[in-house]
Amino acid sequence: MGSRASTLLREEEIEEIKKETGFSHSQITRLYSRFTSLDKGENGTLSREDFQRIPELAINPLGDRIINAFFPEGEDQVNFRGFMRTLAHFRPIEDNEKNKNPPTSEPLNSRTNKLLFAFRLYDLDRDDKISRDELLQVLRMMVGVNISDEQLGSIADRTIQEADTNGDNSISFSEFIKVLEKVDVEQKMSIRFLH
Amino acid sequence: MWARSGSSWFALLLVFSCYAGGKPELEVSKPSPPTNLQNVKPFHDGDHEPQAYPEEEERGRLPVFTMDYPRIQVPFEFTLWVLLASFSKIGFNIYHKITIWIPESCLLISIGLIVGAIMHSVKEEPPAVLDTDVFFLYMLPPIVLDNGYFMPTRPFYENVGTVLWYAVVGTLWNSVGIGLSLYAICQFEVFGVQDINLQENLLFASIISAVDPVAALNVFEDIGVNEQIYIVIFGEGLFNDAVTVVLYNMFTFLADMPVVESSDVFLGMARFLVVGVGGVLFGLLFGFVAAFTTRFTHKTRSIEPLFVFMFSYLAYLVAELFAISSVLAIIMCAVTMKYYVEENVSQRSCTTIRHVVKMLATISETLIFFFLGVVTITTEHEWNWAYILFTLLFAFVWRGIGILVLTQIVNPFRTITFNFKDQFGLAYGGLRGAICFALVFTLPENFSRKNLFVTASIAIIIFTVFIQGISIRPIVEYINIRRTNKDLKTINVEVHSRMMEHVVSGVEDLCGQWSHYYWKDKFKKFNDRILRRILLRDNRAESSIVSLYKKLELQSAIDLLDTPMGDLSAAPSIVSLHDEKRDSSRPKKKFLAADVRKMHDILAKNMYKIRQKTTAYTNRYNLPDNSQTREILIRRHASIRRSLGSGSLRELPSNSVPRSQKYYSLQPGSDLESAFPLRRRSHALDEVDRLSHRSSSHSVAPMRRLDIIREQTVPGGPPPLERGGAAGSVRGRKPPVPAPRRSLRRGREESVDSEPGGAEEGTGEPLLRSPSSAARDST
Repeated sequence: MGSRASTLLREEEIEEIKKETGFSHSQITRLYSRFTSLDKGENGTLSREDFQRIPELAINPLGDRIINAFFPEGEDQVNFRGFMRTLAHFRPIEDNEKNKNPPTSEPLNSRTNKLLFAFRLYDLDRDDKISRDELLQVLRMMVGVNISDEQLGSIADRTIQEADTNGDNSISFSEFIKVLEKVDVEQKMSIRFLH
Repeated sequence: MWARSGSSWFALLLVFSCYAGGKPELEVSKPSPPTNLQNVKPFHDGDHEPQAYPEEEERGRLPVFTMDYPRIQVPFEFTLWVLLASFSKIGFNIYHKITIWIPESCLLISIGLIVGAIMHSVKEEPPAVLDTDVFFLYMLPPIVLDNGYFMPTRPFYENVGTVLWYAVVGTLWNSVGIGLSLYAICQFEVFGVQDINLQENLLFASIISAVDPVAALNVFEDIGVNEQIYIVIFGEGLFNDAVTVVLYNMFTFLADMPVVESSDVFLGMARFLVVGVGGVLFGLLFGFVAAFTTRFTHKTRSIEPLFVFMFSYLAYLVAELFAISSVLAIIMCAVTMKYYVEENVSQRSCTTIRHVVKMLATISETLIFFFLGVVTITTEHEWNWAYILFTLLFAFVWRGIGILVLTQIVNPFRTITFNFKDQFGLAYGGLRGAICFALVFTLPENFSRKNLFVTASIAIIIFTVFIQGISIRPIVEYINIRRTNKDLKTINVEVHSRMMEHVVSGVEDLCGQWSHYYWKDKFKKFNDRILRRILLRDNRAESSIVSLYKKLELQSAIDLLDTPMGDLSAAPSIVSLHDEKRDSSRPKKKFLAADVRKMHDILAKNMYKIRQKTTAYTNRYNLPDNSQTREILIRRHASIRRSLGSGSLRELPSNSVPRSQKYYSLQPGSDLESAFPLRRRSHALDEVDRLSHRSSSHSVAPMRRLDIIREQTVPGGPPPLERGGAAGSVRGRKPPVPAPRRSLRRGREESVDSEPGGAEEGTGEPLLRSPSSAARDST
């Protein structure tokens, strides 16, 4: 499987992905073999079913949302570039990158982009605001059955109250960033990808 | 409190039944456990007890009341000892605070010490529980079986290299290091131990380098340290048994020989390979045989659990027969067996197996520590300050250095490296336990200083268990070994951090972040194609989620019928979310500081733990809790249904669905806690039972709605959905409608009967198939 994978992925593509996402060559090939192993239909793209076949995702409380995050608006298939683009958000921020000249566009794994990824997991309707319902949904997913809806509602209300500075009863992205400013997002939202 | 009265009733009963000898009563000055102590003396003197009607009845009167103690003596005493140990366990679990600060092993040893002191003062001999054969043939297998059966396989396989590295090389390092150092000490005349030669020192060192991680694991679990340390200590404790036994045999053999040649060393290494690999192979063999046997047991469900126990015990004994590593054999047997057996046997047998495994292991462990205390007092000791102190010192030092060096070597090969705090945790968690005690008793009698060795090993065990066992918790908390960071400044931080952790965990799974993924994939294919066909009775992989689903629904149906109607209102209602949408004009609530604290508490207690980091291993004393997995599955199905029928759901509130809302309205300004008391998750041993009962009974409401829907007109064919798999089982259900219980039952039967139809949906099942195997895996 390993050899087959690398022949299907051309060198130029690898280079492009490398530039766009910052992954190393070996990481890209490894993730490509993972991609192909998930791609049961062998058509070079992944559908939602392919993701849902991963058992651990099924029991992850936020599994559906995570899967959703891979698919661009309204589409049902994701190709390898899109796959890598989403995964790039989780690349750890290397120390030496901070010192380089900032590239023209912000790298995918910057703190802001990581936060944006997390924000979009709440904000399903993409109106750039986390409404109370959206928050409640995610809270309900993460929480056991011992909490009644009223309790959860109170928690959601409190969450919004804490974050909301402009009084619109929802959390905007900038409020989201502000509230998490002390949290080590770079470390929390990072995966050490295997070489 | 009931334990106290219960045990005193029991004690009273025993006294009456055995008290014919007229011995003076021992004074009892302590709470519950020692109320049984007064029985210790009487039943040991049982042989002297007179018959109720002595020889004067030669005339031939029919004896109305006789007693024959010697006949039942052995099983009777055994039962009483087990009960005594168990009562003490009950006793100090009543006070949770004690077990937090003092590990149970310490408490058990202390009680054992007391009992031993009593017995010693009346010159009684304790039963020979820690005699070699009894220990290795009867006491040890249940514990190892428990370890193997509930081993968290995924983290184990991820870390198998590291674990073996520490277990094998680490133990070797420790043995040789300690042995040589002690030999060096022996050279000094001033300590008075010159007669101990090198082989004896090495032998002793190999005995005491066996690490027994029970107390350390307890603390690590409680605190929730990162999984890596946990699995390393767990695995090390298991596998160094094999190494220790080999070393022990080797050194015993060598100790008898006057001269050691280098060829013997090579033979030793060859022997080690034979022992290790042989153990694994035997385990696999018996595991497969057991799995195959359970394929045919569907007509004889009542003896299904038997096979698990018999085959694993057989594996152990056969390995002992050939003097290969029985520990490895039984572990491999359990690991292999578990996967297939749990698919073949009925749900009840599965539960029975798990419960019995846990029970046997707990009894065994309790007895071992208990008798450790007892025998400490009653054996002959030889105390030599220098030797013992140096032993302690070297054990500590060599373990520390060993961990340091080994970690430096192995870290580059690991994806998650061990930092210094982790290493300290590993080194400090190296407690010694019963294995080394049993081994030291098997030292050949011709050792001139055998008693010294016995004393030294007891000293080490007690020192490590008490001092290290008690202090490991505060130290681990103080140096803050890597675990979930509780930065509870705001609720936002908590909620969002938790969300991020779930996401990262999910993406890691998605990437198959698993260094042995390639091999896992290969094995999985082999498994699916060949092994499952042979070993499983019912090898329809697609239907396993359907059967899990069936089981879940059946279970919640049963629970629904069991619970009084009032509890239903406690279930989370799906309705409320949609109500909330319309209710835009909520008054802004004022949140008291106390409320916020309670919110933190609620969240902390109720949020799902991150699957990878903290729930991959199970608590040693509780059964694995797969209620969370079940709950997530149920939740997801409910949310799928909700998203399906969201249009029609809004009509619902006008129906007479019991509005759980009205039972839970939080009056503005009122206290969260008083408005609806939070069900506390207790930390008692029956937490699991309570949890699963609660979660299954609370899952009733969504489940109920799912089933009732069946009675409604079903739209033809599943509506097109993104998630084909989920839709397959959902079948476009209509919104819930309240139905009396009778129709509920009908609804449930319908769903059960027609579920096999869901299996035919075949390819649409992937989502559903995976969680069941995941549910199994995660346990």
